Amino acid sequence: MPHFERLYNFACWLTHDRQEAEDLVQETYAKALKGFSSFKSGTNFRAWIYKILRNAFLTSRTGLKATATVPLDLEDEEGALPAIEETPESILLQRSDGQLVQQALEQLPVAYREILLLCEVEEMSYQEISAALAIPMGTVMSRLSRARKALRGGLQQQFVRGTN
Amino acid sequence: MVCESWKAKLDTYLDAEVPEEEMHSFDAHVRSCPSCSVDALARVQMRRAIQDAGRRFTPSAEFRKRIQQKIAPKPQRSFGLRWTLAAAAAIILVAGTLTSAYLGTRSRDQLFSEIADLHVATLASSSPVDVISTDRHTVKPWFQGKIPFAFNLPELQNTEFSLLGGRMTYLDQTPGAHLIYDVRKHHISVFVFQERSLPAKLDENSLSPKQLPFNLETWSQGGLRYFVISDASAADIDSLTKLFKAAS
Repeated sequence: MPHFERLYNFACWLTHDRQEAEDLVQETYAKALKGFSSFKSGTNFRAWIYKILRNAFLTSRTGLKATATVPLDLEDEEGALPAIEETPESILLQRSDGQLVQQALEQLPVAYREILLLCEVEEMSYQEISAALAIPMGTVMSRLSRARKALRGGLQQQFVRGTN
Repeated sequence: MVCESWKAKLDTYLDAEVPEEEMHSFDAHVRSCPSCSVDALARVQMRRAIQDAGRRFTPSAEFRKRIQQKIAPKPQRSFGLRWTLAAAAAIILVAGTLTSAYLGTRSRDQLFSEIADLHVATLASSSPVDVISTDRHTVKPWFQGKIPFAFNLPELQNTEFSLLGGRMTYLDQTPGAHLIYDVRKHHISVFVFQERSLPAKLDENSLSPKQLPFNLETWSQGGLRYFVISDASAADIDSLTKLFKAAS
């Protein structure tokens, strides 16, 4: 089954619930199989199936709740994130604490979490991300930049909390 | 500072998303600038940490099995029947003929499910065909020396079908040919195997099982077993089947 483990991982990160993630993956494969004729040959299958999963998530109860609690237009949020003066990377290097990153990822708004996962974990190109999230390339770049900034901010805050 | 303009694009550079000509000058700058190289290294370190943290959840074997059954439904054996088969297999093992007995008991439906799996997996692949050509005189010779048999491809002129290409395939370690056709944006797989090499014996007029989410036709001709499978209409499958039968 193509991308099965990775889709499941992505679904878990979106839902924060293994049972819901299983339902989501199952729904994704069912929809993909049913709508396989709509898949255009020569286009990116991975982006296509991630898009199905994401759409299924957005219309689920958890998805609706997650997207309702964050601003609709994250791209207008310039300046809302904490300024970075220290380097969270050096904190990671010193502590090599994977849990810090997991917690920081979990606390990100879903729009930031999903784009970071698609870029860093799934190693998708900007074009693939654009297709999977159905957003323009320019938005991919700006949202990714803000997501990275937000993650670094989150890590920094966790570090400050941990040292106090 | 000059470096600020580079640093603003550092993530895009590390994502390998800056234009190729800019990539070379970026490489050169990062190598020669201690500040940018330290920054790049730190960002790479952060990415690795995100990758490690992000690959966190693994599906259970039970869930994997459930999804596999959903995609290619296989006949459900009853618990009692499974034990009976296990006992029978154990007896046959003593006789030293486990392999042939196992192959003999493989069901026709299971074979069809495997054909459906091959069809879906190939179309899902980023490179579904190894020989890309609409010309049957290019595709057919490509299989020479790759599979232990020869077969004919139909002439498609004045039909709605077009040949997209072909690839080698394996069914239960048996090599065969996999051809992909297109009809009104639907993809049709045609599989050709040697009849005697297949793991299950099929009747001359084996029908497609109802559980399969595709239309399928199969027939035997000249010692070869053909399977035609697709989400295209049964009429299309039938038309292509007739073309193949006429060509063989």
